[in-house]
Amino acid sequence: MKKLFKYRRTGLIGSPYKILVLNIVAWVIGVLWITPFIGIFMTSIKPFREVVLHGWWTISPFTFTLKNYVDALFNPMFSLSRGILNSFIIAIPSTVIPVTVAALTAYGFARFSLPIKKYLFATILFLMAVPQQMTIIPIFFLSKNLSLLNTYLGLILVHSSWGIPWITFFLRNYFSLLPVELEEAARVDGATDFQVFRKVVLPLAIPGIISASVLQFAWVWNDFFFALMLIFDPDKMVVTQMLPRLKGQYQVDWGLLSSGSVIAMLAPLLVYAFFNKYYMSGFRGWAMKR
Amino acid sequence: MTQLKITPKRISFFIPALILILVFVVYPIIATIILSFNINPIPGVNIVERSPGFENYIKIATDKRFINPKGIETHSFPMGAIIHNVIWIAIHLPLTLIVGILFAVYLQYVRGGSIIRSFIFLGMVIPMIVGGLLILFSFDKDLGVVNLLLKLFGLGFLARTWTIYPDTALFSLILGSVWLWSGFSVTMYSAGLSSLPREVIEAAIVDGADFKTILFKVIIPMLKPVTLTVVAMTILWDLKIFDVVYAATQGGPGGASMVLALLMYEYFARLGDYAMSATVATVLTIIIIPVVIFWIRSVIRGEREV
Repeated sequence: MKKLFKYRRTGLIGSPYKILVLNIVAWVIGVLWITPFIGIFMTSIKPFREVVLHGWWTISPFTFTLKNYVDALFNPMFSLSRGILNSFIIAIPSTVIPVTVAALTAYGFARFSLPIKKYLFATILFLMAVPQQMTIIPIFFLSKNLSLLNTYLGLILVHSSWGIPWITFFLRNYFSLLPVELEEAARVDGATDFQVFRKVVLPLAIPGIISASVLQFAWVWNDFFFALMLIFDPDKMVVTQMLPRLKGQYQVDWGLLSSGSVIAMLAPLLVYAFFNKYYMSGFRGWAMKR
Repeated sequence: MTQLKITPKRISFFIPALILILVFVVYPIIATIILSFNINPIPGVNIVERSPGFENYIKIATDKRFINPKGIETHSFPMGAIIHNVIWIAIHLPLTLIVGILFAVYLQYVRGGSIIRSFIFLGMVIPMIVGGLLILFSFDKDLGVVNLLLKLFGLGFLARTWTIYPDTALFSLILGSVWLWSGFSVTMYSAGLSSLPREVIEAAIVDGADFKTILFKVIIPMLKPVTLTVVAMTILWDLKIFDVVYAATQGGPGGASMVLALLMYEYFARLGDYAMSATVATVLTIIIIPVVIFWIRSVIRGEREV
């Protein structure tokens, strides 16, 4: 408020009346912004007939029902409860593996002198930007030849490899900001590089590791393309992959699709809510220098 | 700080990542390029009988779904995937920059501005497949927010399901993507704003500068590094866009919202023409390369400053 007052005094913002209007307008825009979310949620907890007849926004009539959720979770063709489970089976290892592997590499980047480091670094940045489409055809046939097609392991390996460049980039920045004195002291005491990394660096870098894990988990969960290309078995499909298949051939069944959408976005939303601090610092670090 | 000398033992820190990246990222990229010239790099790929060389690139340049001269001439959709991607950037990029900087500045002065900012950020959190469905939902004739608003302002006669008509499908998706992606620019600009030195803005206020002057002469120039990042990321995102289109329109109606990434998928999954699919992917990558180089340079420049 003090800041507001100052800006007002200098004539930057204007009268109290103007401030009130500015606040109201901002909140109207803010609520409008999330109206699609509200709409899809309301549609999901009402009988679809009622939504068609009266719209999702009516408070009366309002019949609360969980039928849409039951229909989506236990759909005979694409059961989203199975999809959620599959998404976890894919996303958890696809987070643990690349974060572990990339942490090692990132430490190497931050501390060891490499003659070709500049080029490796540019390559990593390039790999962060390459479209998934550029890799998928050979991956498809490689997986087929190795009997990894349509398996959890195949998709996990692809996701893990795909995550390494950005996590390396992110953790390298994090590690290079850590104080080196402790590491040097440990080295003087005769610790090996790996011991220094595990016992000294990792404990200090836990916030960075959490940030990277949270974002990688959300990224893998949200991904659609790799799963679409590599998994065919309805029993193995991830939730984002099942969702468009609930759309219906001729008419969109918004009852089923709205509850399905809520189910599919719940995990990333919860991760975002509970790890907000880490999510945001990871997000900024992802695109901004330091 | 002083860097530790590299030894064979220290190289092992890089080995696991190197193996995974070489097998699942670098080798596939190279193999895709080779495949696009009708040369088979992997056992098991069926390539349609075509001679090695640039044939696929000539074929793609004359594919109506890639570029449709008739559509461009008559200003009607479909105009072809590559034109659609360009239109996407042309509309999305300026809007996302304007929305980003205006909201970032505006919300600083609003009570609960951080809550509104997290509302706007939600589009970045959810799966893009759900994002596409939300766009479909929002443009629905009976249920959609867009048509509700039109009715509210007495424009109810315009109400229709915007995504199913060739002339409005692509524009609906683009506007929807502005809605989804604004969280990125608003967050980036907000972070940039809070790291600006206070004194500069205060000095400008003391000098009697008005709000417009401060915005255009102080804030925007100082946020140039953020703008560069947002521009690069937005262009990359628009070129690679897939999930949103897949969920909302599948590139339809009649190819009116077809984009490059989806065209690549069509060649692969529907037509089974892997070499052509690789060609589209390679073209897509060639198009993004200038943007990527620009971005890599700005990151490396930033590294040196620190």
